[in-house]
Amino acid sequence: MKNNFDDQEIGQPRLLLQSVTKEFPGCLANDSVDLRIEPGEIHALLGENGAGKSTLVKMIYGILKPDSGTMIWEGNKVQVANPAHARDLGIGMVFQHFSLFEALTVKENIALGMTNPPAMDQLEQQILEVETRYGLPLDPNRAVHSLSVGEKQRIEIVRCLLQDPSLLIMDEPTSVLTPQEAETLFVTLRQLSEEGCSILYISHKLDEVRQLCQSATILRHGCNVGNCIPANETPASMAALMIGEEFEVAQRGEHPEAGPVTLEIRSLSRKSEQSFGIDLHDINLEVHSGELMGIAGVAGNGQAELLELLSGEVLSAADEILIGGESIGHRGSTKRRQQGLCFVPEERLGHGSVPDMSLNDNSLLSGFVSQPFLNKGFIATETVRKFTRQVIDLFDVRCPGQDALAGSLSGGNLQKFIVGREILQQPKVLVVAQPTWGVDAGAAALIHRALLQLAAEGAAVLVVSQDLDELLTISHRIAAICGGSMSESYDINEVSAEDVGLLMTGVSLDKSSTKPGPAQGALQ
Amino acid sequence: MSDSMTILLAASLTIIGAATPLLFAALGELITERSGVLNLGVEGMMLIGAVSAFAGALITGNTYIGVLCGAFAGMLMALLHGYLTLTLMTNQVATGLSITIFGVGLSALIGLEFVGVTVEPLSNLPVPLLSEIPFFGTLLFDHNLLVYLSVALVFGLSFFIFKTRGGLILRAVGDSPESSHALGYPVIKIRYMALMFGGLMAGLGGAYLSLIYTPMWSENMTAGRGWVALALVVFATWKPWRVLLGAYMFGGVTILQLHGQGFGLDIPSQFLSMLPYLATILVLVLISRDRLKLRENSPASLGRTFRPTA
Repeated sequence: MKNNFDDQEIGQPRLLLQSVTKEFPGCLANDSVDLRIEPGEIHALLGENGAGKSTLVKMIYGILKPDSGTMIWEGNKVQVANPAHARDLGIGMVFQHFSLFEALTVKENIALGMTNPPAMDQLEQQILEVETRYGLPLDPNRAVHSLSVGEKQRIEIVRCLLQDPSLLIMDEPTSVLTPQEAETLFVTLRQLSEEGCSILYISHKLDEVRQLCQSATILRHGCNVGNCIPANETPASMAALMIGEEFEVAQRGEHPEAGPVTLEIRSLSRKSEQSFGIDLHDINLEVHSGELMGIAGVAGNGQAELLELLSGEVLSAADEILIGGESIGHRGSTKRRQQGLCFVPEERLGHGSVPDMSLNDNSLLSGFVSQPFLNKGFIATETVRKFTRQVIDLFDVRCPGQDALAGSLSGGNLQKFIVGREILQQPKVLVVAQPTWGVDAGAAALIHRALLQLAAEGAAVLVVSQDLDELLTISHRIAAICGGSMSESYDINEVSAEDVGLLMTGVSLDKSSTKPGPAQGALQ
Repeated sequence: MSDSMTILLAASLTIIGAATPLLFAALGELITERSGVLNLGVEGMMLIGAVSAFAGALITGNTYIGVLCGAFAGMLMALLHGYLTLTLMTNQVATGLSITIFGVGLSALIGLEFVGVTVEPLSNLPVPLLSEIPFFGTLLFDHNLLVYLSVALVFGLSFFIFKTRGGLILRAVGDSPESSHALGYPVIKIRYMALMFGGLMAGLGGAYLSLIYTPMWSENMTAGRGWVALALVVFATWKPWRVLLGAYMFGGVTILQLHGQGFGLDIPSQFLSMLPYLATILVLVLISRDRLKLRENSPASLGRTFRPTA
């Protein structure tokens, strides 16, 4: 199938969609969308959250059926009946929300994603081959629940590559990767593209799209609003096309005068209880009131363990964690909330919110400590509703209403809700994990502005993120975590992206040789 | 053969008799639960299986046809359970309980005219030559078809679950129906199949009771064995081999309890009857201690209704 392109079949696209329409009850998800992908092309699909990108690719992959419109695959009109059919055609997909089985091993997960997998030991060989060829190390016999998010994504990618696809759909693949990892992925994708595989690439990171993609289709509110060649555009011009209006990028402003230390971690060590967890070694950190401190790091380097300890889900010795000088390491999360610590976890569904409860109820669940939501043990319904209303309005949460179930919101909107809910409780300390994972540019900017605003009002904000660009944009100070150890922290103006990249790999910076130029050369 | 050997042999044979219906029902429930469906209707399905098997054998005069009737009736009950929980998406716990209560009543109604009647029990099929070996020959190679089948199923299902693609898909559906659906596996269909297999096995367990264990029909003759089977599955952490072990242990305790009474043992029989349940609670505590182990062994979606959406 793949060998045909040497025949110079000019003009025959790999995939052609013509006026594809899909309607859900109360929502026209795709309105007569066209899409054309050439063989070997890396094609970007751009749009805000809720613009209909996921719906479109689900139809290509056979998970959803279009109401109308045609799909032409390599010159033949097809109706993709189901994902197995799509895989037979040569379409592979890496999902944004991974479709993995936590209790099964990497190998078993990969086998499940294949239509006709070979015998298990043979499959293991093939997996190892693909992993070496594309630089994606992963032990085929490990159980998935013990892997980090980044490693889970690798499973999905390897799974697709094993099928030898001629179209690979990637839904926000780099949102969980470090710049270095992303760079490695780009090498892989370019290699695939040169081998003739087309790639449909969904991303919110417009810089990345400019680097990688040869053309782009832009969706807004389910409609095709244009095509462009990313290299000829600026991120701002593409964002404007996606959103339909200009948006304000978050501005960090000057590093504020150092206020008092509000959140302090003192020589915190902890042995992980999980079989593949990371032990934390002697972590020291001070976050001052009024500043936003960023912690960079590749997934699975101890962030999860540190966050559990900070939120109070796992307790430590009393004086290992302090808020405003008071030891709270041995206190549970409710006690910590009373002390003014709020928390936005990485996992939105099931950790940051209860998917099957309404937004009102979700406000109540975390807000009852600091807000007057309870009256002699009874729920003050009106107060909760007012608070929720406020979160929705101030943070532009797009939802059918405040009685909507949290699980029914799109990822970006739910994230805005959760961040908003925590910020409106006016915390003294806010700990945020992955604030904008899978969130579109407009919503990300809004969340960034809100976090900076909170810091400006005197709170200590700690952001743990794998998105280095994000941290470089909003942090006043930055440190990196690697293998369970925390680096020194640096003023953001002292370090370059490359410096932080090094910190993330555990190399310490020799800042006495000051200027990044020569020092970097020496280190590399 | 000495007297003590004879007693030991007789006791062992009764243990096999007591364990086999449990083994059938528990193996069936194991497959059902592996797909993520909790079937609390096992007791009811066993009863319907028992009465149908008895009726089938009585009417046709052929015990084997009776066995088939029992299996088929159990499967029909499972189909009803499936229609309610998988198609109409009712709550699995409530539905399972209703199926059990329904099964108790319906089997009593069907069995009204069979009370006091007996049928010819299923005859033994001794393995040629092997069954001639003293003691072990009788212990291992002189049984009825269902005993052989139950043990063969332990091998077969163990292989199926852990070594075949079908088993992998079954485990996948039980672990995450959402992911399975996204990858294009027909979750509802697979769950129907697993559930119907469970019903069939419960029916076989019931048939064993009314055609072999005590070849007659009496109201509510399963006497809670369906619940023991459910407990066994958890006890076995969803592994067929441990179901075998558990079923024979539970069978052993049941017999011990009977013989203990016979020998005038000073332990109240109620204490012995509760041992299996105590053991299950103990195992539950032990396996729940290690969160990771539990995660790897138990079907994560067990009891949760799955709505296939986008």
